[in-house]
Amino acid sequence: MTITKRFWVSLILSLPLLANMIMMPFGKTIIGGVWTQLILTTIIMAVSARPFWNSAWASFTKHHSNMDTLVAIGTLVAYVYSIYAMATGQAVFFESAAFVTTFVLLGQVFEERMRNNASDAVGKLVDLQAKEADVKRDGEFKKIPMSEVVVGDVIRVKPGEKVAVDGTIIDGTSTIDESMVTGESMPVEKRSGDKVIGSTINSNGTFTFKAEKVGNDTMLSQIVELVKKAQNSHAPIQNLTDKVSDIFVPVVLILSILTFMVWYVFLDASVANSLIFAVSVVVIACPCALGLATPTALMVGTGRSAKMGILIKNGEVLEAVNEIKTVVLDKTGTVTVGKPEVTDIVGNEKAVLSVASGLEQSSEHPLASAILTDAKEKEIVTPKVADFKAIEGKGVSAQVNGKQAFVGNDKLLADVKISDAMKQQVTKLQKEAKTVVFVGLNDKVIGLIAIQDAPKATSKEAIAALKARGLKTVMLTGDNQLVAEAIAKQVGIDEVVADVLPSEKADHVKAIQQDGKVAFVGDGINDAPALTVADVGIAMGSGTDIAIESGGIVLVKNDLRDVDKALALSKKTFNRIKLNLFWAFIYNVLGIPVAAGIFFGIGLTLSPELAGLAMAFSSLSVVTSSMLLNKAKITSKVATA
Amino acid sequence: MAKILVLVIGLIIIGFIVWWFFGKHEVAEVSADVGDDLQSIDVEVNGGYSPETVVLKKGIPAVLNFTRKDQSSCLDRVVFSDFGVNQALPVNEKEAIKIDTSKAGEYQWACGMDMFHGKLIIK
Repeated sequence: MTITKRFWVSLILSLPLLANMIMMPFGKTIIGGVWTQLILTTIIMAVSARPFWNSAWASFTKHHSNMDTLVAIGTLVAYVYSIYAMATGQAVFFESAAFVTTFVLLGQVFEERMRNNASDAVGKLVDLQAKEADVKRDGEFKKIPMSEVVVGDVIRVKPGEKVAVDGTIIDGTSTIDESMVTGESMPVEKRSGDKVIGSTINSNGTFTFKAEKVGNDTMLSQIVELVKKAQNSHAPIQNLTDKVSDIFVPVVLILSILTFMVWYVFLDASVANSLIFAVSVVVIACPCALGLATPTALMVGTGRSAKMGILIKNGEVLEAVNEIKTVVLDKTGTVTVGKPEVTDIVGNEKAVLSVASGLEQSSEHPLASAILTDAKEKEIVTPKVADFKAIEGKGVSAQVNGKQAFVGNDKLLADVKISDAMKQQVTKLQKEAKTVVFVGLNDKVIGLIAIQDAPKATSKEAIAALKARGLKTVMLTGDNQLVAEAIAKQVGIDEVVADVLPSEKADHVKAIQQDGKVAFVGDGINDAPALTVADVGIAMGSGTDIAIESGGIVLVKNDLRDVDKALALSKKTFNRIKLNLFWAFIYNVLGIPVAAGIFFGIGLTLSPELAGLAMAFSSLSVVTSSMLLNKAKITSKVATA
Repeated sequence: MAKILVLVIGLIIIGFIVWWFFGKHEVAEVSADVGDDLQSIDVEVNGGYSPETVVLKKGIPAVLNFTRKDQSSCLDRVVFSDFGVNQALPVNEKEAIKIDTSKAGEYQWACGMDMFHGKLIIK
């Protein structure tokens, strides 16, 4: 029989007992008197309460105890004593056994429902998945089930349809609503060559795309997997409740026996009264509230953040966020757009660009691609190069037209000559937040290329929000000091660590950790070690798989403002866990003495049925408090600061 | 006289509770049946888990079959926090849970309220 049915049986049969209780002060009883009470309660015990006894017994034989142990003992004692009292003609309290059963079941009915709601977030994500795709097979588009789509398939998406899997658009343009995956509310414009995400909704255009990730590899599947793990992860704070829950029930049983002994032996109370106190102690104690405090809040918190495109990987991260003192940001792609552009060229434009493009043509450095793009636009012919050499952290050199040519940053200057006029130019450009690349032939600088990677439009606001939170912001970059400072000034970052080699990022994070816990925000492959070393690694959405793997928090959207949101959500969730735990502890710490009759002197006592009601609502209130996390406001402090 | 009797019996019961719940009791450790490409084990859920400690071989896909015999809502879910599994267990239905055995180690599983625990050893 389900809990709901057991509850209804118990409730309906309890009503006459309730009527009896109300009529009693007026000297009346229900028809049949005590016998009716006995019959009704016996049915409730047999139908509604027996599963508690079964479960309690099963765990007892395994040397375990749980909430059912308490409910079983409470109801059984009240019931058996009442039969004894009836036989010996004393006052009975059948209604206690009946009401406790009803209330406990009521609590469980609600609780079950809410717990199911709390774990719903994953189900909703899975439901987003498209069911079929319009795939080109044998030259024709055909609808086939999702499971048959393979990498390399060409898939057509019509207006209003869902994008089946992850891929790249081959043909056509459209705007796509990606809010369900990234949390970005504005539809995004997409054209040939752009990436599309499976399960997002195409709005107006028709396009075809090539499937690149299918099945469990799609972004949505990855997110679902991440959220599932996060929702069921263990927060370190739970170690405390784990310890308590192991000893909780036996300790309560001992307290209850002590209660009986003290009242009966030392305070000369009657058997019936002593028993009522003892039963109240057993019934009011609620280990479930303690057990539910952390998992339910974790489930709701991580589920909600996933909807906003913020994936918090586990409970540990959530706890760590609370102690963060400093946020370290990678520059390129995190604070800035990550697409550098050439802004100025000093020297003979054609000659400088020609040499530079020759040397940079096989480089994957973002600055190199800026130079190549510019050279292409200006129709510069790329010369042949030979003897290509990379100088780590400095630049590259090679033979161009029989001359030794080099391209690199100011670390190269130690080895080469540069005119004073050019030096002044360098400083001027760097103060404008432009990265200067030196181009030279035969150990002499022949020109400069100034490249700028502009800060994202949202960076300033994002940094302000972090500072309003009382966090120190530090930017790490491989750029030179002047450029880095100029960018930092534009967006309001407190401190700059410039001239950092990619391999040194993690070391710098470690150094900053001396002054307190650090969150690192980054996206590139070379950020992975820093993301791992930091107390909280925050990987930005446009990032690579490796970065996402290393981050404790993953921002699906490439928006720096989400860092603040992620921190806010983590804090809210963790505070809710603490609140839940506090409430669950304080409830038991206060409830048990009251039930034991310690405050009898000032007239404060609890009957077993009230104790049962209190117990039902304590675990319910914990679950409710967790559910309210869904409604909690996530505000950026910058608005009020 | 009655009071002394109550006192003595009460203390005896307390002693029993302490011994029964806090004393050291052997926990059965059971290894899964290993086939060529699958290992499986049945876990009964009734007032706890039996067996409570399951040993799996590393590298062979594993399935744990949970059957809940207990009506208690305490045990209506089983959670493997390390594997991201949170599976509802309807009463008297066999629920298969696949375990990734690629990493050796000791893992905990628990009921939805974190009151009952089981241990998974992959080696």
